Amino acid sequence: MMLTEITLGQYFPGNSFVHRLDPRTKILATIIYIIAIFFAETPLSYGILTAFAALVILISRLPWLLVLKALKPIWIIVILTMFIHMFTAPGEHVIWSWKFLNVTQEGLDLGLKMAVRLILLLLFSSVLTFTTSPIVLTDGIENLLRPFKAVGVPAHELAMMMTIALRFIPTLLEETDRIMKAQTARGADFANGNMLQRLKNMLPLLVPLFISAFRRADELAVAMEARCYRGGEGRTRMHELAYGGGDYVALALVLALAVGLAVLRWGKLCGLSS
Amino acid sequence: MIKIENLQHYYTDSDGNEVKALDGVDLTIGQGEFVAIIGANGSGKSTLARHLNCLLLPTDGRVEISGLDTREEKNMWDIRQQVGMVFQNPDNQIVAAVVEEDVAFGPENIGVPGPEIAPRVAKALAAVGMTEYAKHAPHRLSGGQKQRVAIAGIMALEPKCIVLDEPTAMLDPQGRKEIVSTVQKLNQEKNITIVYITHYMVEALAADRVVVMEKGHVRFMGTPKEVFSRVDELEALGLEAPLAAKVASELRKSGVKLPSGIITDEELAQALCQ
Repeated sequence: MMLTEITLGQYFPGNSFVHRLDPRTKILATIIYIIAIFFAETPLSYGILTAFAALVILISRLPWLLVLKALKPIWIIVILTMFIHMFTAPGEHVIWSWKFLNVTQEGLDLGLKMAVRLILLLLFSSVLTFTTSPIVLTDGIENLLRPFKAVGVPAHELAMMMTIALRFIPTLLEETDRIMKAQTARGADFANGNMLQRLKNMLPLLVPLFISAFRRADELAVAMEARCYRGGEGRTRMHELAYGGGDYVALALVLALAVGLAVLRWGKLCGLSS
Repeated sequence: MIKIENLQHYYTDSDGNEVKALDGVDLTIGQGEFVAIIGANGSGKSTLARHLNCLLLPTDGRVEISGLDTREEKNMWDIRQQVGMVFQNPDNQIVAAVVEEDVAFGPENIGVPGPEIAPRVAKALAAVGMTEYAKHAPHRLSGGQKQRVAIAGIMALEPKCIVLDEPTAMLDPQGRKEIVSTVQKLNQEKNITIVYITHYMVEALAADRVVVMEKGHVRFMGTPKEVFSRVDELEALGLEAPLAAKVASELRKSGVKLPSGIITDEELAQALCQ
């Protein structure tokens, strides 16, 4: 495979309601949704959360398969979490046991719960990255972090670093590809051998790559200075972010979800105690 | 526009030796002039260029841009806005991952109000003929196109002068042509002062004046006709005159009667056919 064919991030271009939302709205909504996940206790509240996530995916018009594929990297963690909870959670109603292993009803419940939580968390946050280009996402993060500048969060610097990283990752990948070809032509072997061996073969690749990256950084810094760059102070933006009507609706909906789930939980507790 | 008086620049190299990169340069460049600077490696032409927008400051002597002394710190950002600089490597001067965002980088730095930036960017991209690539990713462009984006990034700052430091050294012949014609167009249509540093003598033919540098001095200067007719002197400095000028000089030496001042292929052909 050509290294240069790797796409950056997982942005899936589109023009749906979700795509058009302000990045800040989407980031905030994702955070609120994740908090809401931890309010959920009953199957009913999990049902509501799942339905909400499904609705959002539906509105965003992302292909279902694509969204489900986002789960691929973590399914091992999901299953592992589920089993650990199943076997270790304390409980009385043993439903299955073998030698020292006991599965209790409580453990099974907890394991399933954790698995569903993890899956929902990942599904919802991947909708964020599927519907928001990395560039816009960077803008959103910078904007949201700006109030925390007073306590020393370098919002502009972080955003500038991300912007430059986004700009240079393809360039550096191209360069890696070139160095690899040059070294392959001189007998280097990147494709065979075991893991350790292949890692070792990568070393001669990293040295020229790092040297060139530092040279690039140096030249870029001079070029940026020549274009009047002097940090975030007094800087303006071509596209200022602006909330629209849809953003308020989306935020209101996800807030309603969180409040609703909190009420469900608190209400249930009150009911039990009375 | 640019006034350089007895400019000296010394620095200490990694071996601890003092190097005289510039040793008494006097040069005046008028508004709207197109000046090419040629010279062998180490003749100080890049060092000279970097004095024109405060990337380097004189050890002795002075550089004035529109009457502003580069040694005074308060002038620095004014000068950098007036004198833009394009560097050799097109990759290492593009900051953002989208062409129009990159062109907006300069105006954003000097605090141009948000709504005024987009028209500036559009104008700058039109000036270099890259309008249709506004939304493209820079790493997908050819070398010549990248370099034109870099020029647009400078144009968006609305400078009076553009200094180009070997802008074509890493480009293919097609890209070289693109850059030379773009620069000529900016000079003629927008009356922008051009300081063009190059290794390619053919590119210097487009200039109003050619400055020949050697060992930190200005050796001689004049119109392209005057400079390139001095074939033997150029060769003594390690520079190669354009082919036509060389052929004409050799023919003259072997007794063919040719008028003086032949530097382009067309002029040579015409003279020979008479």
